[in-house]
Amino acid sequence: MSLFLPSLRKPSVIPGFGLTLGLTLSWLGLLVLLPLAALILKAANLGLMGFLASVTTPRVLAALRLSFGLSLLAAAINTVFGLLIAWVLVRYDFPFRRFVEALVDIPFALPTAVAGIALTAIYAPNGIIGSLLAPMGIKIAFTPLGILIALIFIGIPFVVRAVEPVLADLDADVEEAAHCLGATALQTFQRVILPTAFPALTTGFALAFARAVGEYGSVIFIAGNLPMVSEIAPLLIVVKLEEFEYEQATAIAVVMLFVSLLILFGINSMQAWSRWRFLRAEA
Amino acid sequence: MTLRSVRRDPLAVRVALIGAALFFLALFIGLPLITVFIQAFAKGWSAYRGAITDPISLAAVRLTLLTAAIAVPINTIFGIMAAWVITKFRFHGRSLLITLIDIPFSVSPVIAGLIYVLLFGLQGWLGPWLKEHDIKVIFAVPGIVLATMFVTFPFVARELIPLMEEQGTEDEEAALSLGASPLQTFFRVTLPNIRWGLLYGVLLCNARAMGEFGAVSVVSGHIRGHTNTMPLHVEILYNEYDFTAAFAVASLLAMLALLTLAAQSLLEWKLARGRHRTVHEH
Repeated sequence: MSLFLPSLRKPSVIPGFGLTLGLTLSWLGLLVLLPLAALILKAANLGLMGFLASVTTPRVLAALRLSFGLSLLAAAINTVFGLLIAWVLVRYDFPFRRFVEALVDIPFALPTAVAGIALTAIYAPNGIIGSLLAPMGIKIAFTPLGILIALIFIGIPFVVRAVEPVLADLDADVEEAAHCLGATALQTFQRVILPTAFPALTTGFALAFARAVGEYGSVIFIAGNLPMVSEIAPLLIVVKLEEFEYEQATAIAVVMLFVSLLILFGINSMQAWSRWRFLRAEA
Repeated sequence: MTLRSVRRDPLAVRVALIGAALFFLALFIGLPLITVFIQAFAKGWSAYRGAITDPISLAAVRLTLLTAAIAVPINTIFGIMAAWVITKFRFHGRSLLITLIDIPFSVSPVIAGLIYVLLFGLQGWLGPWLKEHDIKVIFAVPGIVLATMFVTFPFVARELIPLMEEQGTEDEEAALSLGASPLQTFFRVTLPNIRWGLLYGVLLCNARAMGEFGAVSVVSGHIRGHTNTMPLHVEILYNEYDFTAAFAVASLLAMLALLTLAAQSLLEWKLARGRHRTVHEH
């Protein structure tokens, strides 16, 4: 192994390249890549027509549409409020700012099932907010609106954490220059700050979207889980598994896996591209 | 106008933006968190204690602790190795490796469970062989541990990679040229440098390992007292309309989340201070 490995890398005196690369690849392969390959192989057994037939039944299409549609909407809402929260945390000082800073990470740390039952208790017709809205005829829990609430909850930290460092690094000189050239505060925001923060906002949006599409625990309690109406795609996979319809479950999973990987590679290429652009600008 | 005043928005704007941000956070994050504890103690302390000390709840706590005790150390070791090879060397396919390590973050937890069912389940690739040798993976503890390891795989590496990238290889090169062995170099030079970041990654990995729901739910089979972790037990209690008990067990998980975040704030402060000090020493 050590005979050909050195040609793959730049020379270095640091030891352990073969050992750590070998173990990392083995573990990654056994735990992650091999099982994912098994999923794709299983779907391949269906054949193209069988695969298409599995993922185009009305129930599957409805679930995919619901999952992707609501995830897009939740990610869009999170992008707006995530930018607002990051702005407030970076730019302003107010009481308990550090506490609020830590609060943003709660959706990362709180188990999804816990979030799910808490949100349901709040938005159910007899809950704190649900009981306020019920007389107006607005139902949130057990409808797609409830799913949206859960997806907003789990997605918000992704945008805040993606945008915060960029806002903190903004050069005061640039804003000063914009001001001297006669820009109003709003113009400075639109033409100077927003374009700078745009790559980070896109990353945050994509991360929040990817997480929302696959989310299960926080959604299933509040969703109502009515087929064709409020049944998300991950739940449909579980339902199909419980009915021993492995092919159907696998086919839906492959569609979702494909979209997730597309987003992941998209984000990583975008980050590599902006690093490259940054390095070129430095040089 | 001075530089500061350009950046300083009018008071009305500041108050409105802070108000809107705080309202959003209070509604979407603060309220759910408080609700967990209000509901858990809705029927008083003795009902809460009763729900937590119930033998089936205790079995769920034990299984959750066992799962984390296996998954977290293994993922920590591999996280350190992955971060080492990625940050200390430059090689072909390095950025592809970083992306591959991130995969479990972007895959739905349900899919994480499904892939192990397809591999080890009765109808899976290895199912017949496992049955012949009387080994149970799916609907048993090994499946739960595997699914947990999958979803927590990237945490330690993700935390260490930026930190070790920033530190470079100079310290290690110095130690090696002074005659330290590779192991001595790692334990006396690298490990002290990365300890706070490592601890941070381990804490996040642990929080997710104990709280994972979707992936574990698919492989567990929900056998009471045997393959129910705490989050799964919360679901069962909730579906049986035993809300107080469900929220009581949930409150333990919420406390774990709060402790993790408190430790995170402390470590971030330590990391910032450590960085500050290195800047001064140079």
